[in-house]
Amino acid sequence: MAVPGAAPHPLLEFWGDFRRNPGAVAGLAVVLLMTLIAIFADTIAPHEPNEQYRDALLLPPVWSAQGSADFILGTDDIGRDILSRILHGARVSLSIGFLVVTLALVTGVLLGLVAGFARGVLDIFIMRSMDVMLALPSLLLAIVIVAILGPNLINAAMAVVIVQLPHFARLTRAAVINERAKDYVTASRVSGAGVTRLMFITVLPNCMAPVIIQGTLGFSTAVLDLAALGFLGMGAQPPTSEWGTMLSNALQFIQRAPWVVTFPGLAILLVVLAFNLLGDGLRDALDPKLKR
Amino acid sequence: MNETALSCANLSRYYRTRDGLLSRPKWLKALDNVSFELSAGQTLAVVGESGCGKSTLARVISMIEPPTRGQLVITGTAVAEAPPRSIRTLRSRIQIIFQDPYGSLNPRKKVGSILQEPLIINTDLSRHQRRDAAAAMLDRVDMRPEHISRYPHMFSGGQRQRIAIARALMLKPRIVVADEPVSALDVSIQAQILNLLMDLQASLKLALVFISHNLGVVHHIADHVLVMYLGRTVEQGAKQTIFNQPLHPYTRALMASTPFVDPSRRAKRVVLTGELPSPLNPPSGCAFHQRCPRAQDRCQHERPNLRDIAGRRVACHFTEQQSIDDRSGD
Repeated sequence: MAVPGAAPHPLLEFWGDFRRNPGAVAGLAVVLLMTLIAIFADTIAPHEPNEQYRDALLLPPVWSAQGSADFILGTDDIGRDILSRILHGARVSLSIGFLVVTLALVTGVLLGLVAGFARGVLDIFIMRSMDVMLALPSLLLAIVIVAILGPNLINAAMAVVIVQLPHFARLTRAAVINERAKDYVTASRVSGAGVTRLMFITVLPNCMAPVIIQGTLGFSTAVLDLAALGFLGMGAQPPTSEWGTMLSNALQFIQRAPWVVTFPGLAILLVVLAFNLLGDGLRDALDPKLKR
Repeated sequence: MNETALSCANLSRYYRTRDGLLSRPKWLKALDNVSFELSAGQTLAVVGESGCGKSTLARVISMIEPPTRGQLVITGTAVAEAPPRSIRTLRSRIQIIFQDPYGSLNPRKKVGSILQEPLIINTDLSRHQRRDAAAAMLDRVDMRPEHISRYPHMFSGGQRQRIAIARALMLKPRIVVADEPVSALDVSIQAQILNLLMDLQASLKLALVFISHNLGVVHHIADHVLVMYLGRTVEQGAKQTIFNQPLHPYTRALMASTPFVDPSRRAKRVVLTGELPSPLNPPSGCAFHQRCPRAQDRCQHERPNLRDIAGRRVACHFTEQQSIDDRSGD
């Protein structure tokens, strides 16, 4: 039996569990680093992302023979500094990723909460529409949505929101139904709590663990989907320095100047990997079923 | 005697179930025609095996589920006829303590906010007054003041049950329903919690509905006893009457299965064979006839009604016979 006061604060306990997973800590470090880069891109980038240096077209990175210390990761086909564009690209990817996850999370959680509480016809209606959305391949659905709305970054973000939303709704509904049957919810009802109070104050905080995990994992999917849409020319439009757009613009030079494609690709890989590691670590630390 | 705090008349709760999409819905009679009255300061113990409808009774009288039929009267007001406005007041008069103290406290809330929640919903006390009320209640259930800012997972089962009791009492209810409040606890803790419950009941003049399958505990705490079998009352009356001379064969079997240290108190063992029948498909006639040592043909066809006999109500065709046997047998 627990001795009072012996158990640490839930947050401390969570940190203890989280820290034991080196991959997750590395993921968190990369995510924090990327966030700092995104915030301070203007200060740390050596050049303006869209400035064209006509005398330095397709310059290789600094460590190769023809490289220049001015352009550490080289330049692209119209003489823009790749490092600066990647640093500014982090800003686009992370902020749009954040926007996507926030919107998808809030609407998805609300829908799931309502479905889990209402049951009956409303539940069936919400969940079947979510199933329809899940049945379509996510990128295809996103492409259709962007094709309807028109290709630009915000529409691409909306498309990814719609693609991600059902995951949050399903997770929340499952957690809500599970929690709702517990005695503490009944106790709240017996003391007179109304539906709104039960939903948002009693039940929702207890359903957040899987949603937070899905949020971090969803972040990496969002970055990847946005890059894919950008690559297909349906997301960020040139000259915005977005990683996917950078890839597609430089595709024709992949033989002559592989660095133009390699570094934006590595940036995408790094961010996606970091968020996945972070999400896995959060899941291990937050999910009581995986605890020792 | 005291005023009647809680009265139930023919309370029933049926659930509709379906085996498949096309099969006819069936009614599961979880609670069937249970009636009793309970005065302030008195304890009614509801006893029976698992699945006999004890917890359904608890949920119906604490207004978690509406009764399918029958009338529930709380402190003189019939719940079914009460206007929506007064439902909230009625709710605050009856509170429930659950069996599992690990599931009944919100794991994300500190003890202080768990205790204050009923006040936030039902009263317009200031933050300061609420805090004081919570601290005072915590003290009443013998917890330390610093416990108010801890989370439920930091407490043992017994302490959690104290917190659950404190929460139930925050609204100053007149009736408390305790649904097997000690059966999830260590035996060493059970007595503490029971004594706390009895002390609080005496000082607050609570009407207590105590649901249990432990007859030892019931003997300790109850004034009245209601024995249930498959959703129906089989025997109900004052504790002494029922414990001294149980008349229904099911009550006798329950009593006989209670272990006593003192050999002179041990009754002759009546071992029940078989299991509790499914309430979806209850036996014809008397629900107990398949397991009853006294069963005869009549029991298979005719369901016995509750009758007033020898100071209690019993539902058995052969009660008179039983009571004569008891007298001649000793």
